[in-house]
Amino acid sequence: MADLHIRTMAECLSTEEVPEVLFWVGCAGSFDDRAKKVTKAFAKLLVNAKVSFAVLGQEESCSGDPAKRSGNEFLFQMQALSNIEVLNGYGVKSIVTTCPHCFNTLKNEYPALGGTYQVLHHTEFLKQLIEEGRLTLNGGTFKGKRITYHDPCYLGRANEIYEAPRALIEKLDAELVEMRRCKKDALCCGAGGAQMFKEPEKGNKDINIARSEEVLETQTDLVAAACPFCSTMLNDGMTQKGAAVSVKDIAQLIAEAKDL
Amino acid sequence: MGLKNILFLLLLGLGVGLFVRNIRRLSRSILQGKPIGKLDRPKERFMHMLRLAFGQQKMHRNLLVGVLHLVVYLGFIIINIELLEIVIDGIFGTHRVLVFLGSTYDFAIAAFELFAISVIAAVLIFWVRRNLIHIARFRSAEMNGWPKLDANLILVIEVVLMLLFLTMNAADYALQIREEPHYLRAGLFPVSATLIPLFDSWPTANLILLERSAWWAHILGILGFLNYLYYSKHLHILLAFPNTFYAQLTPKGQFASNEVVTREVKAMLSMQEPDATQEIERFGAKDVTDLTWLQLMNAYSCTECGRCTAACPANQTGKLLSPRKIMMDTRDRAEILTRPNLETATQEATLLDHHISREELWACTSCNACVEACPIEINPLSIIMKMREYIVMEEAAAPADLNTMMSNIENNGAPWAFNAQDRMNWVNE
Repeated sequence: MADLHIRTMAECLSTEEVPEVLFWVGCAGSFDDRAKKVTKAFAKLLVNAKVSFAVLGQEESCSGDPAKRSGNEFLFQMQALSNIEVLNGYGVKSIVTTCPHCFNTLKNEYPALGGTYQVLHHTEFLKQLIEEGRLTLNGGTFKGKRITYHDPCYLGRANEIYEAPRALIEKLDAELVEMRRCKKDALCCGAGGAQMFKEPEKGNKDINIARSEEVLETQTDLVAAACPFCSTMLNDGMTQKGAAVSVKDIAQLIAEAKDL
Repeated sequence: MGLKNILFLLLLGLGVGLFVRNIRRLSRSILQGKPIGKLDRPKERFMHMLRLAFGQQKMHRNLLVGVLHLVVYLGFIIINIELLEIVIDGIFGTHRVLVFLGSTYDFAIAAFELFAISVIAAVLIFWVRRNLIHIARFRSAEMNGWPKLDANLILVIEVVLMLLFLTMNAADYALQIREEPHYLRAGLFPVSATLIPLFDSWPTANLILLERSAWWAHILGILGFLNYLYYSKHLHILLAFPNTFYAQLTPKGQFASNEVVTREVKAMLSMQEPDATQEIERFGAKDVTDLTWLQLMNAYSCTECGRCTAACPANQTGKLLSPRKIMMDTRDRAEILTRPNLETATQEATLLDHHISREELWACTSCNACVEACPIEINPLSIIMKMREYIVMEEAAAPADLNTMMSNIENNGAPWAFNAQDRMNWVNE
């Protein structure tokens, strides 16, 4: 594919364009090597579906989720209020993000601070694009392949989005093999509540190992993820278990299936 | 009115009076908490309460347990209709005053008896599950001592009350058959009728004594049980209703916002003038008085079933955190604060550190599995978050790794030490 050109909101403003949606990349999506690939895959899908979108680029800042879950409401609100100032400044109406933590915070916790937007997780957005016929997907690479799906807590229980990611896996013509605990009963990957940024407390096992073992029970060699932190945790878990199971975000799977 | 009726009235008054006193103590304790915002969506809340508290929707996730629990619950409610007659009889010295209802009465008594025997069966299965089968959630550390005894006492009391009810009916029916003048033919006794042969050789006087004793023991047992509630996890039979009514209807991922912080932050960002009249309050929760009354009611509603703890990823991987213990500690601490005559050391202790350790709080992944698991929508996570707020905002005592993460956010707008200028690097990588 030719060079990817991604516009920022600032560029759009200078050409007086109003993009359909803001792609909130998130810190993991901007800086984490694994997550950057997801960001790129999703951006390619947006381009492929001819969605007019822009990113904030250097103007994007942490949504404040890890600060709030750590108990630093102060720092959270500092982040939130300045982000809202930027978002409202650009007149943003609609946001899509590949991170369930950003998604949850922007969608549920920004309105009380003056930032009300239509916020979608990328799995919801992709499902919508397919339903509208803007994005086409014909099985391909993953046809008949056994794939399991890990529900991110902040997408699943926190926001009750269980179906959109599953519908996408179905669109891949893959066979979805559910884990013993899924949907509202899904086991956490261990990263939430700012655990991603600290060592776990004393225990007899790490949570990502426990979840990785549940993945292995499904005897699939591919886990679909929908959160950058879950991806990291499960990938680490698989490495530690010495298992040849790959962990990929649903956006990556779709981009692969479309050979993008 | 005879001496017996006066005695009955006195005991009834005592039982109800003590119960009222308990309820007042309970509400005093719960109201140690802070106020919550204005209540929205009352209709939706009412339906939510009907589904979860009355319909026990979440209990049916495990069908066997759900059905058994429903039997005990319905038995409890339906058999208590019989209380109406018992109270009238007790006050006025009548005997089975509602007999005039005819076949309705027969049907009701038969239904009560069938429920009574079903309750006994269900409670026996509960007892076996709790004591003989290894079910991890019944065996956590926080269940040692009183909580375990309390759970078993409730089961014993329930069986005893049902047995007294059936004994009373059996003796009554035997006396009806003997055509004792006071015992008019009334009621259908599908269960207690099977006990009649046991009384064949009993003199009538002994049978009357048995019937009267069972009658008195049953009603006194009920009044006693009513007053036991306050000291027991069994309080959920009352508090499940307000608890589900006030439950969070917004997405579980939406954590409470703090308006005091908003004012301070807006002043710092020069978005708003600082409010000098604003009383500086404590951020987060160090003790139960820093929590809301709803969080305290949550604690008193907890039945210690441990579904939350069984679902908790931290608990499953051997960490110290148990969401159930968070609720039990909160309740126990609230109780301590309502007893001013306790020694000062106990009074001066706080929920944080003396009941709930920091290690427990920092083990939480905020995954909401505990909240999802609770049949009556108790939210241990909201308490954990409030206590983290105290540790971080009042004491600046977060774990070192988290302090690094937070200073990264402050300095470069990301939890890692990356430069904002590199935010678009992914495009060309």
